[in-house]
Amino acid sequence: MNAGDTAWVLASAALVLLMTPGLAFFYGGMTRAKSVLNMMMMSFGAIALVGVLWVLFGYSMSFGTDAFGGLVGNLAKFGLHGVLSTGKDMPLTGTIPELAFVGFQAVFAIITVALISGSIADRAKFGSWMVFAALFSVLVYFPVAHWVFDANKDASGNFIGGWLNQLGVIDFAGGTAVHINAGAAGLALALVLGKRNGFGKDPNHRPHNLPFVMLGAGLLWFGWFGFNAGSALAANGTAAFAWINTLVAPCAATLGWLIVEKIRDGHATSLGAASGAVAGLVAITPACAAVSPLWAIILGVLAGAVCALAVGLKYRFGYDDSLDVVGVHMVGGIVGTLFIGLAASPGAPSAGTGLFYGGGFDLLGKQALGAFTVLGYSFVVSLLIGLAIKATIGFRVTTEAEEAGIDIAIHAETAYSSAASGGNGFHPLGGKAASEEISRFNADDLLTPSTKAGKVSS
Amino acid sequence: MKLITAIVRPEKLDSIREGLESYGVQGLTVSSASGYGQQRGYTEVYRGAEYSVDLLPKARIEVLATDEQTDDILDVIITTANTGRAGDGKVWTVDVHEAIRVRTGERGAAAI
Repeated sequence: MNAGDTAWVLASAALVLLMTPGLAFFYGGMTRAKSVLNMMMMSFGAIALVGVLWVLFGYSMSFGTDAFGGLVGNLAKFGLHGVLSTGKDMPLTGTIPELAFVGFQAVFAIITVALISGSIADRAKFGSWMVFAALFSVLVYFPVAHWVFDANKDASGNFIGGWLNQLGVIDFAGGTAVHINAGAAGLALALVLGKRNGFGKDPNHRPHNLPFVMLGAGLLWFGWFGFNAGSALAANGTAAFAWINTLVAPCAATLGWLIVEKIRDGHATSLGAASGAVAGLVAITPACAAVSPLWAIILGVLAGAVCALAVGLKYRFGYDDSLDVVGVHMVGGIVGTLFIGLAASPGAPSAGTGLFYGGGFDLLGKQALGAFTVLGYSFVVSLLIGLAIKATIGFRVTTEAEEAGIDIAIHAETAYSSAASGGNGFHPLGGKAASEEISRFNADDLLTPSTKAGKVSS
Repeated sequence: MKLITAIVRPEKLDSIREGLESYGVQGLTVSSASGYGQQRGYTEVYRGAEYSVDLLPKARIEVLATDEQTDDILDVIITTANTGRAGDGKVWTVDVHEAIRVRTGERGAAAI
């Protein structure tokens, strides 16, 4: 075991966990004031749920011994069985305790699920979201993480990991497993839930708090250094290589997005700067150990410009991917994953040879296979899960609840005091009183304060 | 007596109030308002999607004045609220039949 490597990976894991609350701010600021809490709760819900699932059996399904042709791990490490020793017999992943690797990969599973929630802002039942999050984790993320990230070999050196990993698809930190995966699932859910009332018309759908968005983007970027540089699983040159690319690609992407905005809309916007940074981070994620910083700049500009154009697709095709999970994560992930096939340098840590370095179309083909296999699998399975939830417990709140605000309707809370003024009493909740209080405190009261006042006076 | 109502830019509220105080106005009522005039609203752009915002934030000022004061007060408001750009607002007056100071019961000009 190497203490320096372990320290870096544990710190990186904490950095990556911070990305999900950062995402909550990033997404929360883009929603309306009356649904910001629900948006943030979907991220916090993902942390709580996926964290538990991961320790129970998610790690085993993703990184346990391969159970079936590189498609999924077995359940031999249920409850982290066999990896808990901290003594001399402590199992290692490379030079770090396997437990540190368990933690580092846990936060990847968490943020992948949280990313999806951006496509269903303002209108999803929280319970249905949690059911989706659980099923998506088990049926999509855990297997796909196995396909992409598991590079295990048995005692005699035979490969027993995931099939995409064995094929030689390069995805250093999760362009396919995290971003294309989440983006495709987001597209599926946007189709299952349908458009928000007033989508594309109601001016009140504009972001309610852009400083939140900027704060969230900043926290995401900060955490992303752990995401990418931590994926080296060591405090070494590869980590530094990935770190530099994680700095420069988002910088370039921010410029790319802003230039497109300035030309197309006449203004360089703060939402554009935040979005551009995230688009660049998404694109460099798979490529951060495969391309030189000069190529990372080109990738960044490309991703910023392409994603800035891609977010308009939802208006053209009429699906309400509310916060652009598809336009930023799926498209950005595809751009970054395919770019490896073009610009991967044999001298870089990932040691692939792209088209520009004389590698021909071999790597590009593999990258395309990886990207579109994950995209297709995630989309189809997520669509089926979403439709099953819609047909059974329902996925969408009522029109009345959506208009009144999903925060008050689902969570019995409001983010800002101005959203619910007045009131006629305070009662500490508990037991029977709690359910009575919540049923009495319904959104209709907020909609018609004048009617309510009339009743009191008459 | 007149009731003077002015719909003005919120950012001009302080200078209007200073102007009215130096003229000698004793009290006024201010409330938040939103609306639009000839210039309509403006356009915001989010990720390439344009939202037109028609209802702009405005401040509504109400001042009670005697008939003699009215023209002067209107001048003060118009001068201090003016920027020369569209959206400066509007001022109007209406006749007031009676004004009563609640605390003392004084009526008419004495209540102003």
